[in-house]
Amino acid sequence: MANALTRIVSPLIDQNPVTRQILGVCSALAVTTSLDTALMMSLALTTVICLASAIISLIRHHIPHVIRLIVQITIIASLVIVIDELMRAFAFELSRALSVFVGLIVTNCLVLGRAEAFAMRNPVRPSVLDALGNGLGYSLILIVVGSIRELLGQGSLLGVTLLTPVEDGGWFQPLGLMQLAPAAFFIIGLLIWAIRSARADQVEPAQYQLAGDRGRG
Amino acid sequence: MTDLLIASIFSENLALAYFLGICTFLAVSERVDTAVGLGLAIIAVQTITVPVNALILNGALVDGAWAWAGLPDVDLSFLRLVAFIGVIAAIVQVLEMTLDRYFPRLYIALGSFLPLITVNCAVLGGSLFMAERQYTVPESLVYGFGSGVGWALAIIAFAAIRERLRYSDMPAGVQGLASAFLVTGLMSLGFAAFARVPL
Repeated sequence: MANALTRIVSPLIDQNPVTRQILGVCSALAVTTSLDTALMMSLALTTVICLASAIISLIRHHIPHVIRLIVQITIIASLVIVIDELMRAFAFELSRALSVFVGLIVTNCLVLGRAEAFAMRNPVRPSVLDALGNGLGYSLILIVVGSIRELLGQGSLLGVTLLTPVEDGGWFQPLGLMQLAPAAFFIIGLLIWAIRSARADQVEPAQYQLAGDRGRG
Repeated sequence: MTDLLIASIFSENLALAYFLGICTFLAVSERVDTAVGLGLAIIAVQTITVPVNALILNGALVDGAWAWAGLPDVDLSFLRLVAFIGVIAAIVQVLEMTLDRYFPRLYIALGSFLPLITVNCAVLGGSLFMAERQYTVPESLVYGFGSGVGWALAIIAFAAIRERLRYSDMPAGVQGLASAFLVTGLMSLGFAAFARVPL
């Protein structure tokens, strides 16, 4: 049981797929202009990764090694099509906002990465737990970045105004930059800095020692 | 057409404005020469796959594409995702074999990057944008080439910056990945400025 818990908890911060393993970064950056798109994307990705890991793990002994990537991509693509159609049926506005990024879950390295690295070698239960943990870790980053960008860019969260903008007689000056692409890079960069400051073991060693440091060090 | 070409290279840069292929972008940008190899491979694959996917989409998948066969109500557009990824995987494979047969030196230089490209979201993303914006076949040829060049330009510039960045004295937590994100953010800011420039 403790083992199962670690599988879910460790990808949240320690082994976070986005900040530690650089998996699935593309979509994590693109859909975080507001919190509702970030939540929708998290939901879609977590569902796809759990189902894909379960299916792949279930048939892992029957997949010929040479064509395993094609089999995995086909399974993931079928699941993504189902999710995409469901989203268009029940949440049309959000699916417009997410545009091509739901389709891009197919090539999201997080889903394929976990399928290839974990689900191909493990029974169904740990595979699903591992997928769930990674899905949640990814969601956590999306939700944090989405909240920051929507709050500072529009003064609202999930469309509810929290900081009244100047145009409506309030004091808050929305930061237009937060709605643009560069802000997503900056926020994730700062987030990684913050995590690495808290967990010193994640720090990458410097590639070159500076001459000045050598004397001190 | 020229507008489309310029926009797809600069202001709508796949890597820096739409975050496509960022995983590969961050992972394969340690050295300039590997970045050049990957960039060239992306240009080649993108220029071929986007128009081919446009042909397949318009010829077989859109609503009413089978009207000539007496099936006017057939709409296969939900299949576009599987079709696109299949076409990309097949073209990368064919390109790999062609290069191996006729241009062995180029194959040795690009060979190891080609399989990476099948799962690069920039390639699939380019085709999906083509479908969403309903480009015609000539337009998609220009768009495919332009977006490939834009992506290559971004990764080569980024690799060159990273080579210099190795010697900089950064706080421990920023070292490596965090600095890569911050630099990409600054580059993205620079490319976004092209959106306001009349070219």
